[in-house]
Amino acid sequence: MEFAELIKTPRADNVVLHRPFYLAVEGTLCLTGHHLIFSSRRQDNAEELWLLHSNIDSIEKRFVGSLGTIIIKCKDLRIIQLDIPGMEECLNIASSIEALSTLDSVTLMYPFFYRPMFEIVEDGWRSFLPDQEFELLSSVTDEWRLSCINKEFSVCPSYPPVVIVPKSIDDEALRKVAMFRHGSRFPVLSYYHKKNGMVMMRSSQPLTGTNGRRCKEDEKLINATLRPGKRGYIIDTRSLNVAQQARAKGGGFEQEAHYPQWRRIHKCIERFNILQESLIKLVEACNDQSHNMDRWLSKLEASNWLTHIKEILTAACLAAQCIDREGASVLVHGTEGTDSTLQVTSLAQIILDPRCRTIRGFESLVVREWLQAGHPFQQRCAQSAYSNSKQKWEAPVFLLFLDCVWQILRQFPCSFEFNEQFLIMLFEHTYASQFGTFLGNNENERSKLKLPQKTMSLWSWVNRSEELSKFQNPLFEANSLVIWPSVAPQSLQLWEGVFLRWNRPSKFLDEAHEEMISIIKYNKELQAKVNALRRQLAEMETDDRMQENL
Amino acid sequence: QVEQVKLLDRFSASNKSLTGTLYLTATHLLFIDSSQRETWILHHHIAAVEKLPLTTSGCPLVIQCKNFRIVHFVVPRERDCHDIYNSLLQLSRTAKYEELYAFSYNPKQNESEQVKGWQLIDLAEEYKRMGVPNANWQLSDANRDYKICETYPRELYVPRTASKPIIVGSSKFRSKGRFPVLSYYHKNKEAAICRCSQPLSGFSARCLEDEHMLQAISKANPSNRYMYVMDTRPKLNAMANRAAGKGYENEDNYSNIRFQFVGIENIHVMRSSLQKLLEVSGTKGLSVNDFLSGLENSGWLRHIKAVLDAAVFLVKAIAVESASVLVHCSDGWDRTSQVCSLGALLLDSYYRTIKGFMVLIEKDWISFGHKFSDRCCQLDGDPKEISPVFTQFLESVWNLTEQFPQAFEYNEAFLLQIHEHVHSCQFGNFLGNCQKEREELKLKEKTYSLWPFLLDEQKKYQNPLYNPDFSPELTLLEPNTVSFNFKFWRNMYHQFDRSMHPRQSVFNLIMNLSEQNKQLEEDIKELEAKIKRRSGQSDAVLVKEHQQSAHPAPMALKTSPSFKEQPLIPMNDAVRTIEGSNTADNRYSELVEEFSKAEPAVVSLEYGVARMTC
Repeated sequence: MEFAELIKTPRADNVVLHRPFYLAVEGTLCLTGHHLIFSSRRQDNAEELWLLHSNIDSIEKRFVGSLGTIIIKCKDLRIIQLDIPGMEECLNIASSIEALSTLDSVTLMYPFFYRPMFEIVEDGWRSFLPDQEFELLSSVTDEWRLSCINKEFSVCPSYPPVVIVPKSIDDEALRKVAMFRHGSRFPVLSYYHKKNGMVMMRSSQPLTGTNGRRCKEDEKLINATLRPGKRGYIIDTRSLNVAQQARAKGGGFEQEAHYPQWRRIHKCIERFNILQESLIKLVEACNDQSHNMDRWLSKLEASNWLTHIKEILTAACLAAQCIDREGASVLVHGTEGTDSTLQVTSLAQIILDPRCRTIRGFESLVVREWLQAGHPFQQRCAQSAYSNSKQKWEAPVFLLFLDCVWQILRQFPCSFEFNEQFLIMLFEHTYASQFGTFLGNNENERSKLKLPQKTMSLWSWVNRSEELSKFQNPLFEANSLVIWPSVAPQSLQLWEGVFLRWNRPSKFLDEAHEEMISIIKYNKELQAKVNALRRQLAEMETDDRMQENL
Repeated sequence: QVEQVKLLDRFSASNKSLTGTLYLTATHLLFIDSSQRETWILHHHIAAVEKLPLTTSGCPLVIQCKNFRIVHFVVPRERDCHDIYNSLLQLSRTAKYEELYAFSYNPKQNESEQVKGWQLIDLAEEYKRMGVPNANWQLSDANRDYKICETYPRELYVPRTASKPIIVGSSKFRSKGRFPVLSYYHKNKEAAICRCSQPLSGFSARCLEDEHMLQAISKANPSNRYMYVMDTRPKLNAMANRAAGKGYENEDNYSNIRFQFVGIENIHVMRSSLQKLLEVSGTKGLSVNDFLSGLENSGWLRHIKAVLDAAVFLVKAIAVESASVLVHCSDGWDRTSQVCSLGALLLDSYYRTIKGFMVLIEKDWISFGHKFSDRCCQLDGDPKEISPVFTQFLESVWNLTEQFPQAFEYNEAFLLQIHEHVHSCQFGNFLGNCQKEREELKLKEKTYSLWPFLLDEQKKYQNPLYNPDFSPELTLLEPNTVSFNFKFWRNMYHQFDRSMHPRQSVFNLIMNLSEQNKQLEEDIKELEAKIKRRSGQSDAVLVKEHQQSAHPAPMALKTSPSFKEQPLIPMNDAVRTIEGSNTADNRYSELVEEFSKAEPAVVSLEYGVARMTC
């Protein structure tokens, strides 16, 4: 298919762009296969706006006489308005945008066409390989092994080719366990807590069904992670009720009788459309500036967004607490083990492991616990808060995770190497990107699409020093401790950087932030200077003494 | 003294507690836990004491403080608990001003320091700074002996054209005699903020002098003929007042006025709103939705927004239309003080400095007779007079500091500290209800002023991001009052609930860094001087040969890392349980104490007292 077929009017002049808090600008609008480009003609202050079609969540058309207006709502929550003279041009452009922003085929997406303008220092596709991760692990324990059982994605389609499992469990047993778990997602290692050797594993629900099926190998596998005489915790991210209902559909949960060494805890984290609706309601509330205080608070409440944040954080804290405080191993699962499970396991690692609070470590966490673990990014991020169509696979699962990270970052502003911008950048790239990193739903699909060969990795771009400097937290001081966030409602806040980003001028806050950075910078300069002077003075004194000794 | 008392964590689900000893002194309640950490509570800060039903571990005693601290003790023996309860009830309720802490508080200042302290804020000086008296405004001696209005200060500024008969006539037509006077004069716009109380208009009464008075105010402004009259009450309330012979200005009777209601609720609504807010925020195991709906139902943020909206309205009239504004409510000492002071704060960057903020409070709150004693319940009195009007003012200012992080010289700690002392009755400034009463109490001789103490420790209250040139061409602040800009003030209402605060404070860090930067700059100067001296010396040495043989060992090497030892950041984050009530938090607790301790000098002094009495 040629993009040109979809573009009937590639260019329109005298278009006026409206954005909140900016003056309206007149300029030329161009449509290309992947971008909507607006450039103003003003010589003194030429402005260009490049918008990926894939970033467009929905568009609305309006006509007053022959002046058409298109309102474009983006997945990054921005809303812009274009006034286009000429009814036909306007209709053509609107229908092109609609078609181009909803392309079916992944291979038509921009990442397959994008040619980077920067030098690739390090191929991001090879930055976080499971072998490296395992090497780190084997330096502290030899109880685990790397299994290639899923090499051709033959055992579990949503798992990566290699996974880390207990050494004492052979591939044959794994195959049997896979049969007993939803989507064949058998328990694998998610995190090893060096401090006390406790582990966190994740899987999907066991297929016990109504008649209480059991699987000896499954029991053996997860028991293999326990120390003699120790108990472990299974954190089920569903309420007991939901878990019980799942039995009717062949799913279920671990029965106490068959897993006597494990205590099961149910923590209800919402899923799918409930989360999507929550996002839609929240964004709606944030976008309406006319709300009086009562209405704003009740809309914020009705969105339930912060409730979800609290639920997720609480479950993650619980998992971390079991590991660090109780000295127990933990298995986390919900139904499929691709959504709430990953929220819990990844956040628990942020709390427990200082490495995950570095830029590199966080990237590695996203790769391990989200991309390789098979979170279906393509399904979940197909649409964002402005979608009208009812598609049931969308859910802001990853955005909620990022929001939770932001909440912890707010509470421990000096313990993270990255800043808020880094999290916002990741949010944007999960929904629309020139990079292939978040395409596909799992490693299996990515390898079929040959993404590493055909597209550029986000990490190749981010991990260059020019980009990294934007994402570094100037306050960072490595903190090797476990950080326990407060989950009291008074401590949780609306993530303004995402949800109010386009709804208020941020000039004063930005300036204050710059001032803060300059104070920190100045401090470093002064320290360096004092050090240099002291050294100089010391040298002079030694010289003196040497002379004296002569 | 009672031993083996448990201090419960207010939010811990598992009832974590600290065990220690409780002491009662003449002025404070003191709890020392087993790790020798001290909790001091001033008796004047106690708002309510409650004895809960006996439990197996003892008799629970809950103390609520006016600075929103809530402590929950469990006393092992009921007798002791009862005794403490009764003592606290007596100690926290004072019948006479002379029994308040301020009259016994002795900060080791000599008399001249005391006098100087009281002279620190000079309101005559302040009016001069604004540019009055001038061609249109003059100082009136009408109230020199508090004859016209008891609750106003002696010195009042009025339009030159307002003669004494007009003043007297107008005051008779205004509730409590509070006739229109100048609160703030905007030099560039030549426009004024004036304040008064409601007119005694009833359904039809008029007063020519009062009409003249308003006309004089609008005439005193050469840049605009008409003036605004802002009634800060909801229209319904103002109308109801008419039945009692009070009410609001009839636009037909006054020439060139634009009348406007702005709808801030009265003290009773505010009191119950805060009560509701505290109930919600104090709930154990609160869910997000209960918190948000509780916040909504309390109406607290709605009221804060209303106050700030009113100030924004006032500022627009002055800054955009150059029109003078007359502000009143019922008696003109609660809502009027809020709106006038916030308006001035938005208009004039001086009030965003530490000294300027003190002046603002002295002017619009203290001198114009905001009834601090009644509103803060300094003496045992009518509970219906209590209202968090001043707290709302501070909260509005805090909201502005959040929106304009670089516009204020002072920080949140400054606002919290002022709030602390409005209730502490430790200094004379806020005692009593009006200037007349303060003079009768001879506060300037018998007590000390708070301001010099705050200035002495102003390092703690400085905003490291402050930019004096913030918005240089117009010093006006234009806040955005969209609802989502108003947030729950956690550091006020949970100041003492450590577990809810961020464990690392960017603010403290930046404050330390900018403090450290100053020190480093000094160090550099010193080092450069040393090096210069040395290089001079070493030249000399070369010439004169080993003249100074006995130079002490390499000092520089030993001292060089000293700057690293300065505490940079609260880095050692201690672990905390999910409820966030681990008592082992180390660095964090230090920071909090730094933040909230009332007055370190006094505490150490009081420590002696505590030892003596127990």
